[in-house]
Amino acid sequence: MPAAIHASQLRRRFGDTTAVDGVDLDISAGEIYAFLGPNGAGKSTTVRILTTLLRPSDGVATIAGHDVVADAGTVRRLIGVALQQVALDPLMTPRELLDLQGALYRLSRAEAARRRDDLLERLDLAASANKRVMALSGGMRRRLDLAMSLIGSPQVLFLDEPTTGLDPVSRRAVWSEVRRLNDAGTTVFLTTQYLEEADQLAHRVGFINRGRISLEGTPETLKRQMGKTRLKVRVTDHRHDEAIKELASFGEVQADDSNWVIVALRDGAPAVPAAMRALDESDVSVGDVDVQQPTLDDVFLSLTGDHLDAGGGSRAAAKA
Amino acid sequence: MTAELRVVWLLAIRSVRQALRRPQMLAPVLLLPSVFLVANTGAAGRAPSLPGFPPVPAFLDFELPGIILLASTLAAVPGGSALALDVERGFLDRFFAAPMPRAIAVTGRLAGIGLVGALAALAFLIVGLVFGTQVQSGPLGAVVVVVLAGLTAAAFGGLGAAIAIGTGQASYVTGSFPLVFLLLFFSSAFFPTELLREPAAAIATGNPLTWIVDGLRSPILNSSIQLDTTAAALGGVGILGLIGVGSAYLALQRRLEASR
Repeated sequence: MPAAIHASQLRRRFGDTTAVDGVDLDISAGEIYAFLGPNGAGKSTTVRILTTLLRPSDGVATIAGHDVVADAGTVRRLIGVALQQVALDPLMTPRELLDLQGALYRLSRAEAARRRDDLLERLDLAASANKRVMALSGGMRRRLDLAMSLIGSPQVLFLDEPTTGLDPVSRRAVWSEVRRLNDAGTTVFLTTQYLEEADQLAHRVGFINRGRISLEGTPETLKRQMGKTRLKVRVTDHRHDEAIKELASFGEVQADDSNWVIVALRDGAPAVPAAMRALDESDVSVGDVDVQQPTLDDVFLSLTGDHLDAGGGSRAAAKA
Repeated sequence: MTAELRVVWLLAIRSVRQALRRPQMLAPVLLLPSVFLVANTGAAGRAPSLPGFPPVPAFLDFELPGIILLASTLAAVPGGSALALDVERGFLDRFFAAPMPRAIAVTGRLAGIGLVGALAALAFLIVGLVFGTQVQSGPLGAVVVVVLAGLTAAAFGGLGAAIAIGTGQASYVTGSFPLVFLLLFFSSAFFPTELLREPAAAIATGNPLTWIVDGLRSPILNSSIQLDTTAAALGGVGILGLIGVGSAYLALQRRLEASR
């Protein structure tokens, strides 16, 4: 069985700029794959190539075994796409847009109507089905965009930053629909700047930076390999400096004025008891203890030396 | 109905809805020609008594086809602007990522412009009837007028679509509409060719819009449909279509090439 998404040495140049620089992908059917990276890393360009909207300058890409250039028509029948820019006509209603999208996917009138009603219900848009898009909230528009990408019952769904700008409730609603679709067998290729989103949804993640995939794996593996468990303790007496000194032997220590001392444990979670014992033996009184598991942000930090902020840029770049 | 025709039909209906839901889009198609109609018939109502003016029951009967032509050519402006907005918003990508011929986005828009043009023609025809114009060739003549106006709108709409796709900006389309007046003033839309001075008369004679307006005027002024005049009008639509629609598909081809 061919990979749901395959890319080999995919490249895309715009004049002197190389937006995608030798991307390799092998994504199995039924996987949720998250593509992570800062703005301008090449995420959207890769999506546009895989969805036949842009031709690669070099390399090969296939969807379920069909070449995105030579067999673009078949690829378009197999995929659903929700691009980064929510592309809706503000003067149309969700019902009209879904009818049009159904016709674009060559569905019969009856089948298009059945799927339209099902999607409106499932994505909690039924009550607003006859309102104009301009009257819908940002979250509803995103859900409508998602509904439109699903009308053709795609085998492979491409979601380019599907929750950017959404409030937490709407974001979770989109996540829940993505999980439901994936449970039904849909392969999902998701680009996101939210590390938590990738952590919550993806079976595998790929970090792309300057057009190249720099790291790939399951979130758990990457966090285990690249991230560090953090032990956070609140010192209740005045032995703050003593605590820092004791914990320094377990890893890199950060401290602030509010009596919290944080240590990134070199040996991970198993080192927690030993660290606590060391504080106890030095008569450091501890009020609160928090053990923080590594996150994908730690992975990103290890990889780039910087955090990824919610706007898709790196914090260092933002400061600059 | 094939899947492609269904999409074209839905897009044509979408154009009409857009026009109705955003009334300012209808201003060039309905308001401007209405102002022209009132101003021209009011100010130049005695023109038919000029020596050399073709025999007409009333100046309105002569003027109405010109106004219908103005409305159908101006339908290209809101239609083209809406297409430019589709480009700006990325709505066109929906068509490009769907299993449909990519040209369908343009075909559907042109069908929509044609439908808006035909409906505008029908509206002005009704206004004319209310104010005493009679379509001498009967209901079939009225159908010829409406269909010819719709085809003209679609053909001329090609130019608007070409600008929209080429630039991706609605302001360029809006800025192009003085061109419509330039072309119309050098035709027999508002004044008979016989009374124009040279070189305006020569330009008007060779202007496809003259052939079209003559084709619109003929069923209103004559008791039967004159096939040669209608054929010449269709020829005019064909020339406009070749230039307009051809440019639109070429612009689309270029835009798609740019993504290669």
